Amino acid sequence: MNFKNLFLVLGLLLAMSCKTPTDVYKIEGKNININDSLPTITSIENFIKPYRENINKDLDSVLAYSVDTYSKADGYLNTAIGNLMADVIYDEADPIFFKRTGEHIDFVLMNHGGIRSIISKGPISKRTAFELMPFENSIVVSKLPGANVKELLDYLARAKRAHPISKLKIVLDKDGQVIESLVHEIPIDFNKTYYVATNDYLINGGDGMDFFKDSEEIFVLDYKIRNALIDYFMKTDTINPVADDRFIQLKE
Amino acid sequence: MKRREFIQQTTAATALVGLGGFGLQSFSSSLKKITILHTNDVHSHIDPFGPQDGRNPNQGGVARRASLIEGIRAENPNTLLLDAGDIFQGTPYFNYYGGELEFKLMSMLKYDAATIGNHDFDNGLEGLYAQLPHAKFDFISANYDFSNTIMDTHTKPYKVFVKNGIKIGVFGLGIQLEGLVDKNMYKETVYLDPVEIAQDMSRILKENEKCDLIICLSHLGYNYRNNTDKPSDLSLAAATKDIDLIIGGHTHTFLKKPTIVKNSMGQNVLVNQVGCFGINLGKIDFYFDSAKNKTSEGVSILV
Ligand SMILES: [Zn+2]
Repeated sequence: MNFKNLFLVLGLLLAMSCKTPTDVYKIEGKNININDSLPTITSIENFIKPYRENINKDLDSVLAYSVDTYSKADGYLNTAIGNLMADVIYDEADPIFFKRTGEHIDFVLMNHGGIRSIISKGPISKRTAFELMPFENSIVVSKLPGANVKELLDYLARAKRAHPISKLKIVLDKDGQVIESLVHEIPIDFNKTYYVATNDYLINGGDGMDFFKDSEEIFVLDYKIRNALIDYFMKTDTINPVADDRFIQLKE
Repeated sequence: MKRREFIQQTTAATALVGLGGFGLQSFSSSLKKITILHTNDVHSHIDPFGPQDGRNPNQGGVARRASLIEGIRAENPNTLLLDAGDIFQGTPYFNYYGGELEFKLMSMLKYDAATIGNHDFDNGLEGLYAQLPHAKFDFISANYDFSNTIMDTHTKPYKVFVKNGIKIGVFGLGIQLEGLVDKNMYKETVYLDPVEIAQDMSRILKENEKCDLIICLSHLGYNYRNNTDKPSDLSLAAATKDIDLIIGGHTHTFLKKPTIVKNSMGQNVLVNQVGCFGINLGKIDFYFDSAKNKTSEGVSILV
């Protein structure tokens, strides 16, 4: 988008009833682009500087190391970076959920589109967490009836996208039908309800995940996804996630 | 210059033909000019986008906006600077300082007023309230009833500014919060129908306050094509009267120029919005003349 030539050039005469005692007789309107052709005001710049430096110092302080570069594009139905994110949600949110409810999270479902950047090989900082998750989305837990868990599996089978999952295992046959589904390595019982950790975007039907609308109960943990990532990076020395067999499709 | 746009507006071009040298002779010492500058949805974008940015390279930046505004004020001291909400949320400045720097900088730029956007609730009512001491400008909202909240008495439905003898009434409108903002964040804030409130406000500002210019500062959104029942700036403009300018936000709509809409009386209203992230600054100049010079039957709008 370039708005440099915005200067609006149309002359327009329009009937408008008179006002008294002071009348508008002409209106000019334009939208002016702010770009590097404008000088900066030094006093403003100097005022911002300490805030910026303070933030950068904190954002760039090294929390952990990544042995490789990971992208959500690396993989078919599950990816190393997605598995890491879903596992982090489980590891960080389950103790909080258990403390509050006496129940454990059964599995995690996030969205592939929610991974907003790569993780680069080398040092990991808070900035990494901000880049991965620039939005304020937070973790919620749904008490989801088995019938809706079935819908969730069908959704994932249809989507054939590496939506991040944790503690859930899905096997599709070569035609894309779900032939095996496990939670914590135990086959799913569709007569049971499950505690599914997700984010506040998906719980409201984001990405077409309308199966969450039948949640029997929703637990808001007041825990941002970004903060869960930061908390995890702070206690982890090296990250080395892998794509595994949690969501796969058989070739024959 | 975008010549095609110029030609496209044929009705306007035709209207201009019969005009001759209108207006030029009426310049006199009684001429007054009011400049309205505005931003919306700046979303904590204090630093400019870098040269590598994929979408808005080298755009925006508060320190540059400051120099642009300073230049315009030097040209015309009778200037108002307004913001249509969503000041908060979008960069680590907000996550680290909760909006403190945003409000301090807006105060340094001498903003006159702002309305409240949905993201300004992102740290809850308490989060907004906590930053108020850093804002040397008023928060204007006519359709959020904060009576049962911590924000009670900290906003005004409208404010009247007098610049060079011209009375300018500004009122604020916010978007429906339910379904958009977590209830824990806005608590007992009551959302009132923006169209009804706008009708009340324009009547008060016109009849009681005798304003020469009425401006609505809105975070309703520009237009909802697929949901025409949802109040928007365009529908508001058409359903009300006596409003001269609606400054909008929320939909991050980059208008190339202000839109002209007919109000319920068939009169013209300008609706403008400048996208987001401090990339553009809106500038609307109103030229006033004493009634005796008002020989023409119309107002010329140059957009
Ligand atoms: Zn916004």
